Amino acid sequence: MARHPQRPYPMDFIQALFTDFSEIHGDRAFGDDPAMAAGMARFHGEEVMVICNLKGRTLKERMLRKFGSPDPEGYRKALRAMKLAEKFSRPVFTFIDLAGANPGLGAEERGQAEAIARNLIEMARLRVPIIATITGEGGSGGALALAVADRVLMLENAMYSVISPEGAASIMWKDAAKKQKAAEALKYTADDVQRLGCVDEIVAEPEGGSQNDPAYSVSILNDRLEANLAQLRALSVDDLLAQRYGKFRNMAQFFEVAS
Amino acid sequence: MSWFKREDNEIINDDTEKTVRTEGLWIKCEGCRQIIWKADLEANLQVCPKCGKHFRLDARSRINLLLEPGYQLVDLDLRSTDPLNFTDLKSYSSRLQAARRKTNLNDAIINAIGQMGPHRVVLSVMEYGFIGGSMGSVVGETIARAVDRAYEMKTPLIIISASGGARMMEGIASLMQLAKVSTALTRLDAEKIPFISLMTDPTTGGVTASFAMLGDLNISEPGALIGFAGPRVIEQTIRQKLPEGFQRAEFLLEHGFLDAVVPRRELKDYLIRALSFMQPA
Repeated sequence: MARHPQRPYPMDFIQALFTDFSEIHGDRAFGDDPAMAAGMARFHGEEVMVICNLKGRTLKERMLRKFGSPDPEGYRKALRAMKLAEKFSRPVFTFIDLAGANPGLGAEERGQAEAIARNLIEMARLRVPIIATITGEGGSGGALALAVADRVLMLENAMYSVISPEGAASIMWKDAAKKQKAAEALKYTADDVQRLGCVDEIVAEPEGGSQNDPAYSVSILNDRLEANLAQLRALSVDDLLAQRYGKFRNMAQFFEVAS
Repeated sequence: MSWFKREDNEIINDDTEKTVRTEGLWIKCEGCRQIIWKADLEANLQVCPKCGKHFRLDARSRINLLLEPGYQLVDLDLRSTDPLNFTDLKSYSSRLQAARRKTNLNDAIINAIGQMGPHRVVLSVMEYGFIGGSMGSVVGETIARAVDRAYEMKTPLIIISASGGARMMEGIASLMQLAKVSTALTRLDAEKIPFISLMTDPTTGGVTASFAMLGDLNISEPGALIGFAGPRVIEQTIRQKLPEGFQRAEFLLEHGFLDAVVPRRELKDYLIRALSFMQPA
């Protein structure tokens, strides 16, 4: 369901949720990643920064956008947009639907790992509210690099995982055909991820999934984004940062003290 | 007429005769393919005396190499609770048990506090021998505790990575450890407490894509494999063989992602020198 071809992509949500979107380009170091978009926009009249990855619908566009997997310059562009938002005290919204960061030759040469790592630490201390929404696939470090946020929302049928079921099947089961088994074992559905305390909120989708009624899906998400932003707006910057720090520092603590 | 047909169908396999047992006294260097005496290798800090290839070093030996005697090992008592109740070809709990027996550790990490030359330091060292040094809840929390200790003691932190990345058997919980440690590091940075990241062979995946790349200095040893995606994943994606030396420490140095590649013998002196620079003026 998270990969349904008719499912609205992040940019579809952005165009429906925001007005006056004005894209900004480039990482000021190497290039402009076609798999990542960032821009100024208005949310109910308020100036905000929006960031999302781009997947593409047609085969040609999908190739251009590398099937939605950003390169280091994509993550650096996203970070530059966040820093711009911080400078002018504008909240940041990110929308995520990607299988993972691009695992290519050029990506390694230009420091994919460093780009992701940098986003993690900078997002952890960015002095404006951040709301991340996983709309489809939340694929590993490439997704997390846009999701160190005060609120992490996940659409009901989205997934959030450390590895794709295909990757897990071939690495852990040594058999690509064991995809279904891997999917169950990894527990990456919205319900499971929330139960593990790794996202804050699940956003309902229309019966059968967002693709059946995109407008309705947008309106549900709109309400939840508005409510969450209002809550974050009520906090001082110091409280906001302290809460974000506390949330991630104490997240996913699945250990016991050995006797 | 059966020239090629084997009549008795029996193949005699006497492989056992062909290998000479040396009782583990000798080892073949993967770098120069020469045979080296194990004692020579040990005396040379697990570096091949002939070609300089750096063999992997376990976490305890790392600590012995870098800290003066009298250091203290801490945070050793955490154990994973297997949050997904995960099983692939074997159950995660049985893998954990086997790894504990093999390494005599509860997980793939050791924190230590001690003296390095003139500097008091907090050291957090990953153990590759424990499920490939992978990072689950215990590793993430233990490294975060090392960060917290450095923060509270106002003492420099050195993290030594050796890891395949996030621990798949803990699913999304393992991914969150990247965020956890990176978040913890913000406090250290704000207080200008030094953090040096040493990436050893191999450091890949979620470990590289979080704290390992966030040091005030990022350094490595000659020949260490460092990358985001593993070499096999990249080869499958681009469908061609990777060039020689790709993702090795020297490659990262050349591309601007490492401050230095330091031979093991010089590591301690290098760290002491760097920490002196980072002392409050």
